[in-house]
Amino acid sequence: MTNLLAITLKETKAYFSTPSAYIVGTMFLVLTGVFFVFDVSKPFAEAGVRGLSDWASFFIVFLAPLITMKLLAEEQKLGTLELLLTSPVREWEVVLGKYLASLLMLLAIQSVTLYYVFMVYFFGNPDTGPVISAYIGLVLHGAAALAIGMLGSSLSGNQIVSAVVATAILLIFSFVNRVASLVDGAAAEFINALSFNERLSDFSKGVIDLSHVIYFLSIVAIFLFLSIRSLETRRWR
Amino acid sequence: MIEAIDITKFYGDFPAVTGLSFSVEQGEILGFLGPNGAGKSTTMKILTGFIPPSSGTAKIAGYDIVEQSLQARKHIGYLPETVPLYEDMTVSDYLSFMGQIRGMSSPQVKNRIDEVVQLCRLEEYKNTIIGKLSKGYRQRVGISQAILHEPDVLVLDEPTIGIDPIQVVETRQLIKDLGEDHTLILSSHILPEVSMICDRVIIIHEGQIVAVDDPTNLGTNLAGVERVELEVKGANREIMPALELISGVQVIERVPVTGGAYHRYHITVEMGKDLRHELATMVVNSGWELLKLQSLGMSLEEIFLRLTIEEEQLPSPTEEIS
Repeated sequence: MTNLLAITLKETKAYFSTPSAYIVGTMFLVLTGVFFVFDVSKPFAEAGVRGLSDWASFFIVFLAPLITMKLLAEEQKLGTLELLLTSPVREWEVVLGKYLASLLMLLAIQSVTLYYVFMVYFFGNPDTGPVISAYIGLVLHGAAALAIGMLGSSLSGNQIVSAVVATAILLIFSFVNRVASLVDGAAAEFINALSFNERLSDFSKGVIDLSHVIYFLSIVAIFLFLSIRSLETRRWR
Repeated sequence: MIEAIDITKFYGDFPAVTGLSFSVEQGEILGFLGPNGAGKSTTMKILTGFIPPSSGTAKIAGYDIVEQSLQARKHIGYLPETVPLYEDMTVSDYLSFMGQIRGMSSPQVKNRIDEVVQLCRLEEYKNTIIGKLSKGYRQRVGISQAILHEPDVLVLDEPTIGIDPIQVVETRQLIKDLGEDHTLILSSHILPEVSMICDRVIIIHEGQIVAVDDPTNLGTNLAGVERVELEVKGANREIMPALELISGVQVIERVPVTGGAYHRYHITVEMGKDLRHELATMVVNSGWELLKLQSLGMSLEEIFLRLTIEEEQLPSPTEEIS
């Protein structure tokens, strides 16, 4: 447990002391800000965060891999993984410790968007339920995206490769529902069930479906497990 | 303290090390000597538990590195050849992180960092970002993290590679001091370094142990093989047979000379013999001009060649008599 905390603390410090995280965060806030402005300035705009949360989930597909890419890839490239894994540390402690740090980073970035929510409340009279559910969806989706990013980072010593692989996996999970319209019956249902976007739209409508929550948490568990296995098998290669 | 039992490691079909067995007693400094690609680093990676052996095993402080990896790792301090460090951390932050993941408590780490930093003479750089340190200082940080948690066993892979000569001397002294209260394995491809620091030397070549000896024996048995460079003005067809007649001469190699009316020979003589006097006398008595007579040291590569020649009968030098 102390190992896990030490790793989380080290990575969190690294995030806040290097420019890359600030750049990624700024990019995210600028993009969501721009689309938020478009969304609220169209005629008959509704006082809510639906547009904001939809765009935020879309951008997370590209931003989460940028947050996670260095976590394991850099360790492999610099060779510091060798010192980390020859210390009495277990692989899962490394992966989970780093994952928690990336989650803290993402939450920090996402929390800045609460400023937009504040604006909505200041100028309008939104329904609080959907605002809360949209944010729960955002956090769950972000958590899943980061876990996929972890796997990408564990697969290669090259950060770019790591980020591209993770983005590709995320894009498939996000837009696989487009394929569902081409098939029908059970296949379509299955594909829709896999899709992030199908489930996210429920959250932004104000529906908190327990199965959606479980789905995203399962994605987190599965991809973290795969990352741990990937790290373990590096030793055998 | 360290016991390697029949370690074999394959990378794909390539055997990096085969059937390596040795043991290191408590407080001993063992040198691992071998050319690049001999399997030194692979052995170190196996001993520290970073990669598992294909077969065989090793015990560190009584713990099996495969079965009880976590326990074994607690007793090891390791410096990999590339000295991997987190570039954007300060020295003290880095050391405190390494201490924590090795199960040290915060006050413990704090006290120990002060000691280690002093021992490795890093006091002035405690709050410097590691990325800004020179190679020599990075090496010291690497050694600091290896000894931080006071491990029983220290594994140092090429600890003096790539640093300047003054720092090499300091680092060797530091390692020697560390050897007084640690069991230490170090690898090197520099013979004098190993003979200076180590109690015992294992020579490894193509993944196999070719010799185990203490450094003084290594000096006389292997490095003590005399090679002499001789430059003579005279007729080659007369000089060669005359040289062959001197007892103790093993191999005569004629080295081509460009733009000189003389001949150059590299002569290998029997172990422990100094034939310079005989050679000089013979040349002068024959009426030739002696231009140069110099004893050549035996390089590590030549030692390897010699050790392996006996087994494999490698292609012989140009002209050879036995």
